[in-house]
Amino acid sequence: MTLVILALFIWLAAWFLNVYLANTSASDSRWMKLLVPAIFGFTILIVWELVVRGLKVPLVILPPPSLIAETFLAKLHILWKDFVQTFVKGALSGYFIGCTAAVALAVLVERFDFLRRGLLPVGNFVAALPIIGTAPILVMWFGFDWHSKAAVVVVMVFFPILVNTVAGLGETTAMQRDLMKTYGADPWQAFIKLRLPAAMPFIFNGLKISTTLALIGAIVAEFFGSPTLGMGFRISASIGQLALDMVWAEIVVAALAGSAFYGAVAIIEKGVTFWHPSQRG
Amino acid sequence: MRRSVFPVIVVICGLMAMWYIAVVPMNIKMALTDAERSGMVVTPSGAKERRDRSAILLVAQNPFAVKATFSLERPRLPAPHQVAIELWNSTVNKKITSKRSLIFHGWITLSATLLGFAIGTGLGILLAVGIVYSRAMDMSVMPWAIASQTIPILAIAPMIIVVLNSIGVQGLLPKAIISAYLSFFPVVVGMVKGLRSPDHMQLDLLKTYSANSSQGFWKLRLPSSMPYLFASLKIGIAASLVGAIVGELPTGAVRGLGARLLSGSYYGQTIQIWSALLGAAFLAAALVAIIGLAQRITLKRMGMA
Repeated sequence: MTLVILALFIWLAAWFLNVYLANTSASDSRWMKLLVPAIFGFTILIVWELVVRGLKVPLVILPPPSLIAETFLAKLHILWKDFVQTFVKGALSGYFIGCTAAVALAVLVERFDFLRRGLLPVGNFVAALPIIGTAPILVMWFGFDWHSKAAVVVVMVFFPILVNTVAGLGETTAMQRDLMKTYGADPWQAFIKLRLPAAMPFIFNGLKISTTLALIGAIVAEFFGSPTLGMGFRISASIGQLALDMVWAEIVVAALAGSAFYGAVAIIEKGVTFWHPSQRG
Repeated sequence: MRRSVFPVIVVICGLMAMWYIAVVPMNIKMALTDAERSGMVVTPSGAKERRDRSAILLVAQNPFAVKATFSLERPRLPAPHQVAIELWNSTVNKKITSKRSLIFHGWITLSATLLGFAIGTGLGILLAVGIVYSRAMDMSVMPWAIASQTIPILAIAPMIIVVLNSIGVQGLLPKAIISAYLSFFPVVVGMVKGLRSPDHMQLDLLKTYSANSSQGFWKLRLPSSMPYLFASLKIGIAASLVGAIVGELPTGAVRGLGARLLSGSYYGQTIQIWSALLGAAFLAAALVAIIGLAQRITLKRMGMA
């Protein structure tokens, strides 16, 4: 019980510290913007640890963060193999195939106004559907190994990127296109030098949305059948054994992989669309 | 809007045609095996001989089997009309209380989706109000809310279901919690943006009216957040539905659209999978359309659209 009361005090103290820090004159500095959320995150971890220990919550309901960290370090070799199977083989390969196909189709479609007007509403519609439901079908077609996971990822990332790319390629103004004409640019040059760069912010928007979708697709597809390897397999198998610390360790891996993937795409975006107002701020 | 009706129809017809064409090579091997069993002459004979042949070559050699590929009982890829018939049979021709009715399963999933969506949206709006009015909360919580969007939250769905099961919470609520969790963050992020959308001029105007801060909230901030709220509600309800469907997978649930997908994949009932999938698609489309309608009516009455 004392631990729970201690947790309450730590929570209150950290909260007052954050309120104080947020209202000081230095609160706009870069360090403060990192420090305040970091204090918040750490407080949650400490309170979680203390409450779980204080109330003696059984391990099969909620393991404390210290145990999750311990499992994470102890099972690092298993987690790494799962990561390679699900993320590198399943999610990444599917992501690249899906992105390439979607951008290629968008470039083709964009040349024909008729197709563009027809495909855009359909693509928008499909992007809102529960596409993850195609997982059982694709697992049936492509087998249990990573190929079927990559296929699910392809289907999941395809439509958001298609819609964004088509929208982006239509982004140039009449003035800009006229300028290209006065330069005597042929259609190919106009595409490479004007319309593709102008579409990049939109394309990257789609690419960033798709990073999360790719990981979700690869993990959930493993619930429908997989070799005895992979993050989704490990999650469902560990739940069956009530080894929740292992489940949480996999979630930590998924969180790290998801944010790193997103971060990597965001960094590339920064390099490619350096001219865009949102990147110059 | 009206200009694109015809192109959309053409695109949909094109997709349907591609689907029909794909059915033939996908199912040809199975159809040929069936034909051989019933005594017809098939080139080359023997399923083993045909296994490594290309499907298109087999179609060319056995053109008589094309028709059979559209009417297999458990095809690899069912033809659109087979799925449509199954959809019709499992919605209109079955009693709603029957375990085989797709409406019954759809309702199970829909109720979890709606409950979760209501919880997630309510909490999301509350948190957004807190973030807008408290600087400490903004600086502590907002970075985490944004970062959490990059994390595959759906991966923890099975754990939530099983953990809640083990402490005795069953049925609707665990699925609704996953739905709530998925719709929560889009609403928070969109609503914070919306509540901050009034510019300085408008805020200053309210100050000159000597409006207090609750009046400022009800008369300026909340109304001007509506377009943002509806945009995130559309994302949120689609995410809620996905959450409810995935929430049905891990426990081997016997009811709901997710359960239909799972049992279909266990027993190779491809037509059942496809009809459940299309059912889910219609449900998602209907939910998004309803929110779109509410958006249009609300914004029109507020003079914003």
